[in-house]
Amino acid sequence: MSATSASTDPAANRLPATAEQLEWLRSMHEIRRFEDEVHALFAKGMVRGSTHLCQGQEGVSVGACRSLAKQDTMTCTYRGHGAVLAKGAPLDRTFAEILGRDGGLCGGKGGSMHLTDTSVGAFGSFAVIGAHLPIANGLALGGKLLGRESVSLCFFGDGTANIGAFHEALNLASIWKLPVVFVCENNLYGEYTPIAKTTPIEALADRADAYGMAKDRIDGNDVGTVYRTVKEAADRARGGEGPSLIEAMTYRHKGHSRSDPATYRPDGELEAWLERDPIPRHERALRDGGVSETALADLASEAAEAVAAALERALSWPEPDPARRLEDVYG
Amino acid sequence: MSEITYREGLSRALHDAMEQDQNVIVLGEDVAAAGGAFKVTNGLLERFGEERVLDTPISEQAIIGAAIGAAVQGLRPVAEVMFADFAATCFDGIANELPKYRYMTGGQVSVPAVVRMANGAGGGFGAQHSQSVENWFLNVPGLKVATPARPADAYGLLRAAIEDPDPVLVFEHKGLFNVKEEVSELRPVELGKAAVVRSGADLVVVATQQMLHRALEAADLLAAEGIEATVIDPRTVVPLDTATVLESVEATNRLLVVQESPAGGSWGATLVAELSETAFELFDAPPRLLSAEWTPIPYAASLESEWLPSVERIAEAARAVVRF
Repeated sequence: MSATSASTDPAANRLPATAEQLEWLRSMHEIRRFEDEVHALFAKGMVRGSTHLCQGQEGVSVGACRSLAKQDTMTCTYRGHGAVLAKGAPLDRTFAEILGRDGGLCGGKGGSMHLTDTSVGAFGSFAVIGAHLPIANGLALGGKLLGRESVSLCFFGDGTANIGAFHEALNLASIWKLPVVFVCENNLYGEYTPIAKTTPIEALADRADAYGMAKDRIDGNDVGTVYRTVKEAADRARGGEGPSLIEAMTYRHKGHSRSDPATYRPDGELEAWLERDPIPRHERALRDGGVSETALADLASEAAEAVAAALERALSWPEPDPARRLEDVYG
Repeated sequence: MSEITYREGLSRALHDAMEQDQNVIVLGEDVAAAGGAFKVTNGLLERFGEERVLDTPISEQAIIGAAIGAAVQGLRPVAEVMFADFAATCFDGIANELPKYRYMTGGQVSVPAVVRMANGAGGGFGAQHSQSVENWFLNVPGLKVATPARPADAYGLLRAAIEDPDPVLVFEHKGLFNVKEEVSELRPVELGKAAVVRSGADLVVVATQQMLHRALEAADLLAAEGIEATVIDPRTVVPLDTATVLESVEATNRLLVVQESPAGGSWGATLVAELSETAFELFDAPPRLLSAEWTPIPYAASLESEWLPSVERIAEAARAVVRF
């Protein structure tokens, strides 16, 4: 079996209309603002445990989720705020979950690392590395056997490529030709350690070769490229051609978690990646496509207002009734 | 009335569940073409086809994950982990994903998956293919754990597990596959209800799986000596039906628990601890827990047979409790 790469058919590479591309920008702005607010809430001691922010990686979340249909499922990791919001979870209930409020997506039982909103196809954020790749297979298998024609999108980080569940999951997905799109967000660091210290190959996408799986390695900070690549993989999956592994190169602007100032990064690395920030980059593309400066500025302020209002609402909600801790253990 | 074996009970449960519900699928290593390492899934592939009876690679994490995801989508997957010892290779899936998915999403998903695993010593399989590992999962809220001992219960517990809205681990015992029982009707057995298998006024013996059968043999020996034992099979160790045991302890005031595993962190220890705490005044003798020894399971017949509680050791422990 030979691995296929992204289609070169120009029609397949066409991006959607400007209106939709503006929605990508809105979503990326919202996620950026959302994460900045979560960062600030931490500093105020209003978020429990730990949190894992995704500023800088919005292009991957938005490009991939926006390429899916409604019935498609998405699973992601504990660095999943962006993915869950990009799939359509409401800002206020997502804030509320992280703040541990009643009205949170999971009623306050999940928190930052387990954001889930099945009503929009966000089937869970998992906090054990690799654990959800086999589950993404199951979602694909279930959708396939139930005739839903759904695709299972599965986000994970570069560190996941070295855990056993990754290999078991890719192998099974390939032999069963499951409709899964595995998207590896390679942000260059597995927690605090650079990928080169833990992984003997540079392109993680090459791991697909061992499983006879289609692969691609793309610029994850270009939302349009992510959209096109994931859409093609999802179309192939829906057409019965099996899974794909897409490695999206990106960068997290913050440390691994709240306690990490990321001093291990070489001088100038962050600055170089800030030049490739997916938000200004997409703004430039839209500007080049004829969108006015005013329209772009309006959209940015609308997103900021939406996030601020959502946070205000979430903060006004009470904490969950302690008695509810006993619910949802069994059906 | 007809006679069935424990293996037939399990197999019929799968056939009947798949017949009645299109959403039931079976997956695992060698379950389809080969009919299962212990032939429990024999005939399923021919009857229900390769879409619903799926051979997997030797990848337990992938098996458990596939079952979880498929269950969330609305199927009723029955996954097989060939030897229960291999649960260690997919412990994350069973302990961290399967039982917590409903809870940590605030009830947004149901995970009606069943994991079948083969327990049990006595067959000379050595330290890594002989354990009874249900105790590994006692401390994980969100799971239910069934341990059938008799053919009708093997059928009934597996049927109930498949129909249950929650994840259920079903431990089958390798030493019991050919055990026979006369049954008039096969039907689901409610999870969490113990069975009083024999009644007697002098003490209560609680045991599961192979130890239940040995406890019943021991009860025959004791009866010949004038000691009458009540013998209870909990059938599920989560939920553990302490109420039924308590009722019998109220009548006999003496308790012996027998289990095929070391004592630490076990269902037997849990049962003794709970009844000691809640019903201390009922006991005329200290409740006794007879367990396997604190070693890995040895291979040679002379070693393994000593490792397991024997009929004679069970009878001896019962005598000691009665004569205290």
